[in-house]
Amino acid sequence: MTPILEAKNLTMRFGGLTSVSDFNLTMEKGELVGLIGPNGAGKSTVFNMICGFYKPTIGEIIFDGKNITGMKPYRIANMGLIRVFQNGRLFKNMNVIENMMVSKHMRFNSNSLKAILRTPSHNREEQRVFDESVALLERIGLKEMMYEPTGKLPFGIQRKLEVARALCANPSLLLLDEPVAGLNVEETNDMMNFVDQLRNEFGITILLIEHTMRVVMSLCPKIIVIDHGETIAVGIPDEIRNNKSVIEAYLGVDEQ
Amino acid sequence: MIKQKPKNTILSIIAIAILLVILELIGRSKIDHYYIRILQYWSIYIIYGASFQLLYGYTGLLSLGHAGLIAIGAYAVGIFTISPATKTMSYILQPPAPFISNVQIPFIPALIIGGVFAALFGLVVAAPALRLGGDYLAIVTMGFAEVIRLLIVNMPSIFNGAMGLRAIPQSATLLMTWSVAIVCLFVMKRFENSTYGRALLAINEDEIGAEALGINVFSNKVKAFVLSSFFAGIGGGLMASVLGTIDPNTFKSTLTYTAVTICVLGGIRSATGVIIASGIYSIMSEFLRVFESPIKIGNFNFSGMPGMRVLVFGIMLLFLMLFRREGLLGSKEFSWDWFFSLFKKKPPKEQEKTVHTDKMGGSL
Repeated sequence: MTPILEAKNLTMRFGGLTSVSDFNLTMEKGELVGLIGPNGAGKSTVFNMICGFYKPTIGEIIFDGKNITGMKPYRIANMGLIRVFQNGRLFKNMNVIENMMVSKHMRFNSNSLKAILRTPSHNREEQRVFDESVALLERIGLKEMMYEPTGKLPFGIQRKLEVARALCANPSLLLLDEPVAGLNVEETNDMMNFVDQLRNEFGITILLIEHTMRVVMSLCPKIIVIDHGETIAVGIPDEIRNNKSVIEAYLGVDEQ
Repeated sequence: MIKQKPKNTILSIIAIAILLVILELIGRSKIDHYYIRILQYWSIYIIYGASFQLLYGYTGLLSLGHAGLIAIGAYAVGIFTISPATKTMSYILQPPAPFISNVQIPFIPALIIGGVFAALFGLVVAAPALRLGGDYLAIVTMGFAEVIRLLIVNMPSIFNGAMGLRAIPQSATLLMTWSVAIVCLFVMKRFENSTYGRALLAINEDEIGAEALGINVFSNKVKAFVLSSFFAGIGGGLMASVLGTIDPNTFKSTLTYTAVTICVLGGIRSATGVIIASGIYSIMSEFLRVFESPIKIGNFNFSGMPGMRVLVFGIMLLFLMLFRREGLLGSKEFSWDWFFSLFKKKPPKEQEKTVHTDKMGGSL
């Protein structure tokens, strides 16, 4: 089986600053990989390279057997690689169901002329997209609020909704950037269950950035640790927990 | 919901038909031409306002080049509908260029050609200008409108320069201007209430977020810009035919601000708002002329001052911005259900739940 995502020797330099160097990653279908590291380690840069917002200085990215290095972000998204941002990018003036339907925009076959003429095929498509979005909302338990403007929802729901919106685009690979950042314990548990559901029920491959150790250690069977742009450890949670360089990166070196 | 109630659709069709019949009757009656002109302006302003709304309200692009696009539509209609004889007579600065001197086509095709030309120019401007964001786009498009105006002044063999075009056949009757306006509004609203409209709204709110969801931000913006340009051109064509005489000064930037005002006044995403605001604007800008004529209050005599009505209008807008920033209607729309709820005794249901698709709820 070919891996769904393969990043080879990714290096990103901003002028003289090397943000990420020689990053390698191979993900099989259905895997859940955690990417951790201290602040400024280059995790988000890795995400930005994978989904096309940055073009890596060196290296290439293979998604689904195709080289996507340097492709525009919307094209990469069209191929089924969807990213959820760290700092919340819901369309706050649109309601829940509209947010969901936007993520299906790229799956529309009708062109704008058909949309203006409201041809039967367009109407069927619109109805199908609406039904699918509602069904998904129902499945994750957010159906009651489908007409609420997303800006007015509690923060925890907003984060969940953002992941749900990405899910609505039928991704084959989901990049989650700190999904539990800013959530309280209860919301965090809810989000963890949701990520589990994504993987087990929806069968989605997930690459996860996370700061909260509890979340990463309990969710991810495989963890990659980077620090100052260098990959310092790869392994299962137990290996990571006891890895000397990881402890050093997070807690600093013991002088004695 | 997505499906409109058939009853409401039928009601809308009947309402529009009645409106058109009334307009036709007014058009044929002996009402002063001055008032008919105001009604025609109303319909043209609807097109301007709606096409500006598509850019500003939906896509979030502040483009101030509408006057230029309107000019293109207007001149296309002028050049293509004026009879060859009139052209030879009125082009006194330079004889008309050979490819336009003998052309004369009916009004409707000329109108569409005008729209297409405006759309093409819109495309030419959009491709580079839309790479800029925010205020820069406003500056570039404003400059573009001025470029168009100067081109018109400086190409006398095609546009008759500063002399302008005279004796444009006034084929646009009251019925025709309104029919065209309704069709234009209908097309724009259907576009805006489809998945493309949702994509534009998404782009408006968060470009990076939209791009990450697979929306081609640039091409969608271009699409909106070209469509908006097309309708601005159509509006311009109607205006040329209503006025009968156009010259470069007709298309100064004030015309752009007319579109801006209507959009802001009516509500940035409401078709109903645009219709109402256009009515207010076209009627007020005539009746506020009172302020420009000499007024006598007590012992004081105020001599009239040209431009006063614009000032009054400005003050009104100022108050609107202070007390109702989202415009008269914001993004609400007229719907028959709301209309009927007015006549029922029980309080109207809480805000009707709509998806951004066919939000018009049967009003169009």
